[in-house]
Amino acid sequence: MNQAELKEKSFEEAIARLEQIIELLEKGELSLEENLKLFEEGIALARHCRNRLDEAQGKVEILLGVEEGEVKTGPFQAEEEEKTGE
Amino acid sequence: MAKIYTVSELTGYIKALIERDAALAGVWVKGEISNFTRHSSGHMYFTLKDERARLRCVMFRTENRLLPFEPADGMAVLAAGRVAVYPKSGEYQLYVEQMEVAGIGSLYLAFEELKKRLAQEGLFDPARKKPLPAFPAKIGVITSPTGAAVRDIIRIARRRFPSVDLLVIPAQVQGDQAAQSISAALHLANTLPDLDLLIVGRGGGSIEELWAFNEEIVARAIAASRLPVISAVGHETDFTIADMVADLRAPTPSGAAEVAVPELGELRRRLLMMTERLRMAGLRVLERKRDRWAEMAGHPALLKPQRWLDIKRQRVDEAEERLARAIRNLLEKAEAVFHKELATLDALSPLATLRRGYSICRKEDGRVVREAGEVAPGERVRVILSRGELSCTVNRREETLDEPGGTEGKEL
Repeated sequence: MNQAELKEKSFEEAIARLEQIIELLEKGELSLEENLKLFEEGIALARHCRNRLDEAQGKVEILLGVEEGEVKTGPFQAEEEEKTGE
Repeated sequence: MAKIYTVSELTGYIKALIERDAALAGVWVKGEISNFTRHSSGHMYFTLKDERARLRCVMFRTENRLLPFEPADGMAVLAAGRVAVYPKSGEYQLYVEQMEVAGIGSLYLAFEELKKRLAQEGLFDPARKKPLPAFPAKIGVITSPTGAAVRDIIRIARRRFPSVDLLVIPAQVQGDQAAQSISAALHLANTLPDLDLLIVGRGGGSIEELWAFNEEIVARAIAASRLPVISAVGHETDFTIADMVADLRAPTPSGAAEVAVPELGELRRRLLMMTERLRMAGLRVLERKRDRWAEMAGHPALLKPQRWLDIKRQRVDEAEERLARAIRNLLEKAEAVFHKELATLDALSPLATLRRGYSICRKEDGRVVREAGEVAPGERVRVILSRGELSCTVNRREETLDEPGGTEGKEL
């Protein structure tokens, strides 16, 4: 699996695939070549998942409207957020 | 020029006028309860209403103590009392002395009728409910952009999973236009790209304020949603039609944020465990195959100096080298990953906290003590340190308000 394919994968899919790989490896029924490939894919997936968990703070936006199919959004400021210092 | 009265004088005049009227001194009124609140003093405040009018009511604790039922919004009642003026707010109100249930209120009837009809249609069937994504990347929040609900949802969601994106889709959540506005927002949200999940709701309020979530148009919009919907209306005790149609009902807006996004720490621990399992499985595979390879390479049939083998010998050597290299590489990689994960695990572990000088205090039954009030003087407790434990007896306890975990006064 290349990097682009990996990026496309949602966290959910990546975790599910990782789970599947671990089970396959634990069964140990495949050839060495296949196992090595799976192991490498597994390591890449685990790293990918960890990077996703380390991602920066997400965005909070407000929908301003949809004009001619174009979605308009703006930053959303919840007044209390600043007070709680989050 | 006419005499000029002060507000107090005029109000006093009206008060006297109303309170002098014998008919108003003992009157029975039929109506539906709304805006019901029970003050901490024990007094009840509510409004009685019908289609065209409203009447402020108060029922003091001494009277309501004996009520055989718990009044609630939407309940139709017969109330008896006297009408008087409360000068401070310039309002006349009914001082209720007795109250009886008169039957089921009209809002309640509408609720029951719609609930029955939609249930027959199968809109509440568990089979219709869509599964929620385990890791939503972007959540649409349909609610008032100025209410407490939106703030609660944002705060909790970001605390649990900071990288989640949130899009507030503004809707009116009370008043005549609310049902229309909420259902329009639901339809619109389903046309937007990137959303994985919707939360629709509002904070607590009277039954009238929450009513939009009991309207058919909102129920149908939720049912038609392509995206999974979590409903979060009012408080834990409020149960609306929207809650029944939604894929999941959260008791409150904060509760919705909690079920919508996973907890980052928990995910990290889970991933760490998976990485470790992967590493172990990888190592086992490599060892098994290496053993088999060694066995095969040493097999007499392969060692026989046959021509075909000579020809392939070089290739076997190459393959062996490649394999050894692959194993080395993978082991090195796995090792590096493992060490990094180990460091993370250590940082998350309570042991690391203990090492910084904190300690855990447990009761004899093993429960952790968080507040001084949980133990009584003379009670035995165990204090767990980074290294070793202490067995202690509580001499004295001091409860502080601002520092529930404080240990002052607990001489060991």
